[in-house]
Amino acid sequence: MRGAFLALLRRDFLLAYRRRAELLQPLVFLLVVVTLFPLGVGPSPQLLANIAPGVIWIAALLATVLPLDSLFRSDFEDGTLEQMALSGQPLALIALARTVAHWLVSGLPIVLMSPLLAMWMNLPDEGVPVLLKSLAIGTPVLSLVGAIGGALTVSLKRGGQLLSLLVFPLYVPLLILATSAVSAAVAGLPYGGQLGLMLAGMIGALTLAPFATAAALKLSLS
Amino acid sequence: MNRFILFFHNTGSPPWFYRFSGKLIPWLWLGFAVLTVIGLYMGLFLAPPDYQQGESVRIMYLHVPAAWLSMMIFGLMAIMGFIALVWRIRVMEVLMISSAPIGAAFTVIALITGSLWGRPTWGTYWVWDARLTSELVLLFLYFGVIALYNAYDEPRKAARAASLMAIVGVVNLPIIHYSVLWWNTLHQGSSIGTSGSGIHPSMLWPLLIMAIASKFFYGANLLSRARLQLLKQDHRKRWVRELL
Repeated sequence: MRGAFLALLRRDFLLAYRRRAELLQPLVFLLVVVTLFPLGVGPSPQLLANIAPGVIWIAALLATVLPLDSLFRSDFEDGTLEQMALSGQPLALIALARTVAHWLVSGLPIVLMSPLLAMWMNLPDEGVPVLLKSLAIGTPVLSLVGAIGGALTVSLKRGGQLLSLLVFPLYVPLLILATSAVSAAVAGLPYGGQLGLMLAGMIGALTLAPFATAAALKLSLS
Repeated sequence: MNRFILFFHNTGSPPWFYRFSGKLIPWLWLGFAVLTVIGLYMGLFLAPPDYQQGESVRIMYLHVPAAWLSMMIFGLMAIMGFIALVWRIRVMEVLMISSAPIGAAFTVIALITGSLWGRPTWGTYWVWDARLTSELVLLFLYFGVIALYNAYDEPRKAARAASLMAIVGVVNLPIIHYSVLWWNTLHQGSSIGTSGSGIHPSMLWPLLIMAIASKFFYGANLLSRARLQLLKQDHRKRWVRELL
C-alpha cells in the first residue's frame, strides 16, 4: 500500500514538473488578487493592515480552488483513473495521494509566499508567523475538502463554477478561525485556541475526506 | 415475511409508492390546513403582543417553524441520501432530491421573515450575526445540492452525487454553526430547549401548532413532488402507461 502511495506521489510530481508553467498559474493568480485589494480599497496602511488576514486567506481560498477542477480531470478523461480504481488498491488511498500531491504543489507554495503578501498588505510583524502557521494548517484542509468537490464534478463538462459553489460554504469555519487567529496575534491576544481547533479540523478532514472523495470518484466512474 | 419488512420492501417499489402516497397526500393536506387555521388564529388573534417587541413578535409564528424545518429537511436529506447510497433504493433517491427545493424555500422564508422582523426590532434588515449567517450558508448548501443534481444528465447518478453532497454538508453544518456562533452573535438564544421553555404557553402553543402544520406541509409537498418525479423518470414504463 505504501508502495502504491509513493508511486502515485512520484508520478504526480513528475507530471507537475513537466508542466511547470501551469504550476505557476495559481501563484500568479494569488499575487494578482492580493494586488487588487489596495487598488480597490485605497492604499491606507492602517486599513490594509486591518483587512490583511482576510484578504490573504480569501486569495488563498481562490487560488486553491482554481486547480481543483483539474485535480482528477485528465486522469478521468484518459482512463487512468479507471485503471487506478481497478488496480485493487483502496480508492481512498489513491484519492489521498492525489490530494497530498495537490497540496504540495499548490498549497505549500502559497504558505511559503504568504510572508511576502503579508508585507504587501502591511500586516504587523506579530501577525506574520501566525499567518504562516494558519496557512500551513489550513491549506491541507482546503485541498482535502476541495478534492471531494473535484471528484463529484469530474465527469461533468464544465464543473468549475459548480465546484466553487459546492466547496466555498464548507470553508467558512476555516476562514473564520484562521483570520481571527491572525487578528488576535496582531492585537497581542492568545491565539492558540483557534489554531488548535484548526488542527483538529485538519485531522478530521485527513481521516474522513479521502473516503468521501473515494465514494465520489466511484460514483463518477460508474 | 413479517408485515413491517414487507412494508419496507413495498415502499421501494415505485408503483406501490405511487399508489400509497396518493392515498396519504389528501390527509396530509387536511392536517396542514386544519392546524394552520388553528395555529394562525391563535397566533394572530389570541396570543398577546410581546411587551418589548409589540405586534412584530407575531412574525415568529412563521419564522421559527420555517427555520426549524429548514434545518430538519437538510438532516433528513442526509439520512435519505445515506439510505439511497447504501441500499440503492430509487424511491429514496427521488425523495431526497425532492426535499431539496422545499428545504431551500423554507430557508428563504426564514431569512426573509427574519429580516422583516429585524428591521423594526434591531433597526436593520440584515446583520452578519451568527444565526443569520449560518442560515445563509445553509441556503448555499441547498443550492449546491440542487445545482449538482441538475448538472448531471442521468437522474440516478445525479441523485447519488447530490446525496453524497448532502452527507458532506451535514457533517459540516454543526461545525459551520458553532464557528459562526463563536464569531459574532446578536440573535437571541433559543427560547425553547430540552430543559424547558422560556415562552409563556399562550405564545408557545400557537408556535408548536404552526411547527407541526409546517411538517404536514412538507410531507404533502414532498410526496407530491416525488410522485411527479417518478412519473417523469418512468414515463416509458408499463405501470405509468397503465395508470395514465
